[in-house]
Amino acid sequence: MSPWLPILMAVPVLGAIVVALLPKGSDKLAKQATLLVSLVVLVLTLVMAVQFKTGGPRFQFQAVYDWIPSFGVKFGVGVDGIALVLIALSAVLVPIVVLASWHDADGTQSADGTLITPKRSVKTYFSLLLVLEAMMIGVFASTDIFLFYVFFEAMLIPMYFMIGSYGGAQRSYAAVKFLLYSLFGGLLMLVAVIALYVVAGKGTFMFPELVGVIQDPATQKWLFAGFFIAFAIKAPLWPVHTWLPDAAAQAPAGAAVLLVGVLDKVGTFGMLRFCLELFPDAAKAFTMPIVVLAVISIIYGAIVAIGQTDMKRLIAYTSISHFGFIVMGVFAMSQVSQSGAALYMVNHGFATGALFLAAGFLIARRGSPHIADYGGVQKVTPLLAGFFLIAGLAGLSLPGLSSFVSEFMVMIGTYTSSAFGSGALAVAAIVSALAVILAAVYILWMVQRTLNGPTAEPVKAFKDLNVREIVVLAPLIALIIGFGFFPKPLLDVINPTVTQTLVNVKVDNPAIAEKGAGQ
Amino acid sequence: MNDAVVAPTIEYGTLAPMLLVFGAAVVGVLVEAFAPRYMRKSIHVPLTLLSLAGAFALVIVQVVKGAVPTAPVAMGAVAVDGPSLFIWGVILVLSFVCVLMINDEGHFVASAAAVPGSADEEEAEAAGGSHTEVYPLVLFAVGGMLLFPASHDLLTMFVGLEVMSLPLYLLCGLARRRRLLSQEASMKYFLLGAFSSAFFLYGTAMIYGFAGTVSFTGINKALSTGSLLDPILLLGLSLLGVGLLFKIGAAPFQAWKPDVYQGAPTPITALMASGTLVAAVGALLRVFWVALGNLDWDWRPVMWAVAALTMVVGAILAITQTDIKRMLAYSSIAHAGFLLIGVMATFDKSAQNAKSLSAIMFYLLVYSITTVGAFAVVTMVRDPGGEAGHLSRWAGLGKRSPILAGIFAFFLLAFAGIPLTSGFFGKYAVFAAALASGSEAGDSLGGWMTGLVVLGVVASAIAAFFYVRVIVLMFFSDPAADGPSIAVPSMGTVAVIAISLLITVGVGLFPQPMLDLANQAASGLFIR
Repeated sequence: MSPWLPILMAVPVLGAIVVALLPKGSDKLAKQATLLVSLVVLVLTLVMAVQFKTGGPRFQFQAVYDWIPSFGVKFGVGVDGIALVLIALSAVLVPIVVLASWHDADGTQSADGTLITPKRSVKTYFSLLLVLEAMMIGVFASTDIFLFYVFFEAMLIPMYFMIGSYGGAQRSYAAVKFLLYSLFGGLLMLVAVIALYVVAGKGTFMFPELVGVIQDPATQKWLFAGFFIAFAIKAPLWPVHTWLPDAAAQAPAGAAVLLVGVLDKVGTFGMLRFCLELFPDAAKAFTMPIVVLAVISIIYGAIVAIGQTDMKRLIAYTSISHFGFIVMGVFAMSQVSQSGAALYMVNHGFATGALFLAAGFLIARRGSPHIADYGGVQKVTPLLAGFFLIAGLAGLSLPGLSSFVSEFMVMIGTYTSSAFGSGALAVAAIVSALAVILAAVYILWMVQRTLNGPTAEPVKAFKDLNVREIVVLAPLIALIIGFGFFPKPLLDVINPTVTQTLVNVKVDNPAIAEKGAGQ
Repeated sequence: MNDAVVAPTIEYGTLAPMLLVFGAAVVGVLVEAFAPRYMRKSIHVPLTLLSLAGAFALVIVQVVKGAVPTAPVAMGAVAVDGPSLFIWGVILVLSFVCVLMINDEGHFVASAAAVPGSADEEEAEAAGGSHTEVYPLVLFAVGGMLLFPASHDLLTMFVGLEVMSLPLYLLCGLARRRRLLSQEASMKYFLLGAFSSAFFLYGTAMIYGFAGTVSFTGINKALSTGSLLDPILLLGLSLLGVGLLFKIGAAPFQAWKPDVYQGAPTPITALMASGTLVAAVGALLRVFWVALGNLDWDWRPVMWAVAALTMVVGAILAITQTDIKRMLAYSSIAHAGFLLIGVMATFDKSAQNAKSLSAIMFYLLVYSITTVGAFAVVTMVRDPGGEAGHLSRWAGLGKRSPILAGIFAFFLLAFAGIPLTSGFFGKYAVFAAALASGSEAGDSLGGWMTGLVVLGVVASAIAAFFYVRVIVLMFFSDPAADGPSIAVPSMGTVAVIAISLLITVGVGLFPQPMLDLANQAASGLFIR
């Protein structure tokens, strides 16, 4: 019984209650309190992370309490390497998002005095953010599948209110679409969760005890489908991706970062942990169709991104392309591709986070998300333009930046995957490589139209980044460059978990053969 | 011939909760007859509340003493078993809470006999008249609700049904505002209710024709030996089913619900949506599980179709509603469908039956408590002409009154079955029971149960849409310029909302204690 994870979840919840109960008019205090709480969570997470033993047992910092004995549900938490890095990703992004959203609920006016967003309740926004943080940690930390489901669904609600109450003009449409898509997927997963419990007949939802229990191939396929549809909607995979551009474009920039950077990762995380390990035969049977969907996502997302006129929608479509890479890496089922996919989840969080926030700062200055409204920004605000450029380059996976490592690993891992001995995966890898070229088009063309060229008239009044905004972007850029050159710390944590996953999936794993049959 | 009349044995101790409620109702009538007008209310309110609380205490005493009878009492007319006591407890809590709401001023008409809009009406209103008969009527209705699910033969059940329904028909017509709508609701409810009672009675006659007895034990025994394809039996089965399904508002017998829920005074709507539903589901369970348990090969497929239709009709029609009370009525129809999933999660001697029963009872408890809370919120949002029923009037409520809107949003999320609310665990329990029953060897429906659960989650997703739409209106839309006012709530209404919020949150986080109660009550199943 380790108290780390329950504490990590309790701190933001308590913080949220305190922030929500602050008296009216203490907006500034609410912001400071939220920042403080999120920094405390970050420090605690980092202290916990350094104690993680990479060669140790798979799940560490485990804590299991009885919750609902009648249903066989336990409050079971614990992290493996992938969960750990994703929790760390959430803990890093939240304080950054808090700082970035400092004035989001205050009501903003553009330079010429037109109201962009009205004044809204500040403390509600920040307490929702803290509730969301607790649930993000909870969803990655759950080792009980029922608990995972509870967080998976419950975390929709704070995000729903953040989009619906604090978003752009089409916010209520986007919020409802987001909620209904996710809820529908989640409910199908609920059926699969119950059926898993019933069929397994173990009287428990604890993940480690359910691995390898379901043997019947037909049952596996049905249950796999229930889980996979939920995760595919969440991730999101083509063709159930349509909610993401709406939600991400309408959400305030900070919420969009958490939505795309963390919430969507629950989908790919779930595929890797639950779909593969609980239903290995079904996962292998469905591999090729899913890889095809992933490749379609990669290419489709990239092509549609090129055509976008709205910056936030463009970034959302690039994410659909990137999620395609992650899904492809997960289902290619080789050590390299899955490690790459897990690494990609983290790197994508930083890169897209930086891109969304930099775009958010641009939009806050002009009051318009349309690319056509900008031009020549770099002459007026060189710092903002510089950060935007680096974030964009991370989005197109430039060598030297972190996403390159993971994208390369996914492609090489897929190409060389021996899991199926077919050339199909190699073809998929080759086709997906086209997206690298398309990525250059969508990013560089956006950069060209916004940062370069003649300076548009309203842009001339822009002020460059203030200290708060620099503090927001600098750590992300540092992480992007740092992990670009030195991804080893992350990979060291991720690799053993991937190895374990592949053992449970019973794939011939060269990495295991080399090391002498695993850990 | 032996002419001596043998006095029936009545177990007064066991029946005490029900007798107390009926006794208080009779005293209430006497108060109406003899107490001066100005004193009546101040006698009725404590009398009603105390009798309900006392009855609840008597239920608790029986449970704590462990003196749950194992055979029907009162000459085989009433079965006070675990499920009965649980349902009694739930109904008594719900009715207590509803009486707190009824106690609030201004829901009931000054003079029901005055023609709406006439001078008589104005006069009565100016004189401050009020119908204090409401209290004894409610007590009679509650008494009927207690008898209905606990009866052990079809005739007692019919008596319970009528004692429950007749006061409700009347109460529906007593709304102070929009009186024509209220009277229309009362009339519709009465006519359709009378029809359904006739169906029930006709079914009773048919079953008697088959089994030669109206006792559930007797019917059960007759079914285990007689021919199960006897047309008179099948006819009786379907007629009984119609009568009971009407009361819970299952499709295709749901048409009365929206009209009645909309027209009735809101506290009465709350009582019907919670207490009546609980009682009717209890009665449905008893008839189908106890009396007709051996016939499950015949009724389960039909019930499958009814459950599926009810969920889908309730969820889809709710989307088109523009009145908050009508929307909640359709939502109640959809929930009746979810409950029916639980009702059919049984067969023969399945080991799962106790689990299914416990799931249904848990669902009834959490759903009805949340319902009462939601209707209590509805009573507080007012226009000059009464409650602001139209959904467009609710726009921007979250800005004007964030706490009230927040509470209502939470109730709606509980209806939608979002995790960390009580509604989620209710839904989970029922779905899990259905899947467990379907996966057991020997269930003739087998995979169909899984199909029904999938249909259930699809209906839940559709239902989520209209719950969420109200949240969108309240929080994401701009307030109307002349929006409704929020009534300053009476202590009673505050207590109602607080109690239901507490239970919805508490059970949402820690359902185990309530589950234990339901499990314990369900462990012995019904007396057969």
